[in-house]
Amino acid sequence: MLIRRPDNIPPSEITAPELYQARREFIHSGSRAVMAAAAGLALPWGAAEAAALANVQPNRQKIDDKPTRLKDITSYNNFYEFGLDKDEPAENAGVMKTRPWTVVVEGLCNKPRSFAIEDLLKLAPLEERIYRMRCVEGWSMVIPWVGFPLASLLKLVEPQGSAKFVEFVTHYDKRIMLGTWQPVLDWPYTEGLRLDEAMHPLTLMAVGLYGEELLPQNGAPIRLVVPWKYGFKGAKSIVKIRLVEKMPGTAWNKAAANEYGFYSNVNPAVHHPRWKQDTERRIGEITKRKTLLFNGYADEVGQLYTGMDLKKNY
Amino acid sequence: MRDWIKNPGRGAIAAFKCVLFLACLLPLAHMSWGFFNDELGANPVEAITRGTGEWTLRFLLASLAITPLRKLSGMNWLLRTRRMLGLYAFFYGLQHFITYIWLDQFFDWEGIARDILKRPFITVGFAAFVLLIPLAATSFNAAIRWLGGRRWQALHRSVYAIGILAVLHYWWLVKRDITEPLIYTLILATLLGYRAWMREEERRRQLATGRPQQKVKARKIIPIIPR
Repeated sequence: MLIRRPDNIPPSEITAPELYQARREFIHSGSRAVMAAAAGLALPWGAAEAAALANVQPNRQKIDDKPTRLKDITSYNNFYEFGLDKDEPAENAGVMKTRPWTVVVEGLCNKPRSFAIEDLLKLAPLEERIYRMRCVEGWSMVIPWVGFPLASLLKLVEPQGSAKFVEFVTHYDKRIMLGTWQPVLDWPYTEGLRLDEAMHPLTLMAVGLYGEELLPQNGAPIRLVVPWKYGFKGAKSIVKIRLVEKMPGTAWNKAAANEYGFYSNVNPAVHHPRWKQDTERRIGEITKRKTLLFNGYADEVGQLYTGMDLKKNY
Repeated sequence: MRDWIKNPGRGAIAAFKCVLFLACLLPLAHMSWGFFNDELGANPVEAITRGTGEWTLRFLLASLAITPLRKLSGMNWLLRTRRMLGLYAFFYGLQHFITYIWLDQFFDWEGIARDILKRPFITVGFAAFVLLIPLAATSFNAAIRWLGGRRWQALHRSVYAIGILAVLHYWWLVKRDITEPLIYTLILATLLGYRAWMREEERRRQLATGRPQQKVKARKIIPIIPR
């Protein structure tokens, strides 16, 4: 059988590359619009679609590191409540309802009260803070958080003199948190800081990243970020903040006290009992880089630990 | 039908081995494709390290499963796939090792030496890999003849230790998510437990009948040598 082929295609028949590209973009944006509409419809059932945050002050913290891709920040997460694998929180956390949401601040303070998430978003000017995040597992990211200093929240409740530590309690809903069906950690996940660490200007309550509200897998609607400590100190989806006198128990410390201390400051000289901590792989890079003392924030936070044996107080 | 499964012809076995050979390359193909198409997630090096490690363990367990499977099902021809599975365990183990040396440590020999000496999970993983080398090196028929069946078999029994080291390597590296190490441990325990149980049965049989253990001739216990 003979198939007739055109001898030569006249140039007028060939689509110009710019036109071709424009068509492709049109098709893409069209399909994106359809998908966004579909996601909007699905929203009540838990689909994750980030909303933009308004009036965010630009980053003032000096940083040379290039921020990690949004895609990586939102798909490579440790949020054990929604599964132990890194990709599971992005798949499973969408069912978590982040509105309405209240955070109770109580304990040793003069004005204990509960805050609706809407109040927290207006409590202090929202700032962009581009921080390095170093995971205890040996990888790191650079994340443009949006949030406000924890100090501005704590000052409102007026901590009493006897308050020495701050405990953070996170959301726990066994029905939707399939990761909690196994006794991996003591649920709900709790974390803690010394009061001076909590009041440090670098310590952030994050409500967004990349200018948009946090996605559930990143700890929506509000989470803790302590950039000079290992990532797990940054408790996600916080529901309670308690001012206490004694050092509170923390989830990882309770699980393995010899491996995860209360302080858990990033320190290349203090190794995890089972693996080294002097290098890290920045997500998006293949070769490793050196881990810095206090994750590179030694100038800002070093004085919090003067005279302390960091090997003992790991 | 049952006869055919128990005693397939030469051609059928050869065809099955061909398919199996190609199927065993699929994990590698999948990982390579993912690496070059940015499909391995945010941390591709970790994904490759983990993938090659898990497949090493899977092939180790598959090769250990042949004997129980053969005895329970009567499909003696399965033995003819064992060498391939064992060599694939070595193949993926080598990839795992190279990934560690190259992508993870970037030929930092001093750091690697420190890791092997000081980090128990790396020590046992390294030991498992080193122990696999003589097994891979003596996996051809001439080596079996040269060593003699008994010595060869004694050497290759070290695969039990390798299995235990490999599972231990997994246990010691996880942070808290012990589900998968636990699954592999249960499978390994079943496979090794079966052998211990068979041994015990044989001992009891001998005690009961008073007959000494049958002297097994080398060529009898190694049917993988084509006659």
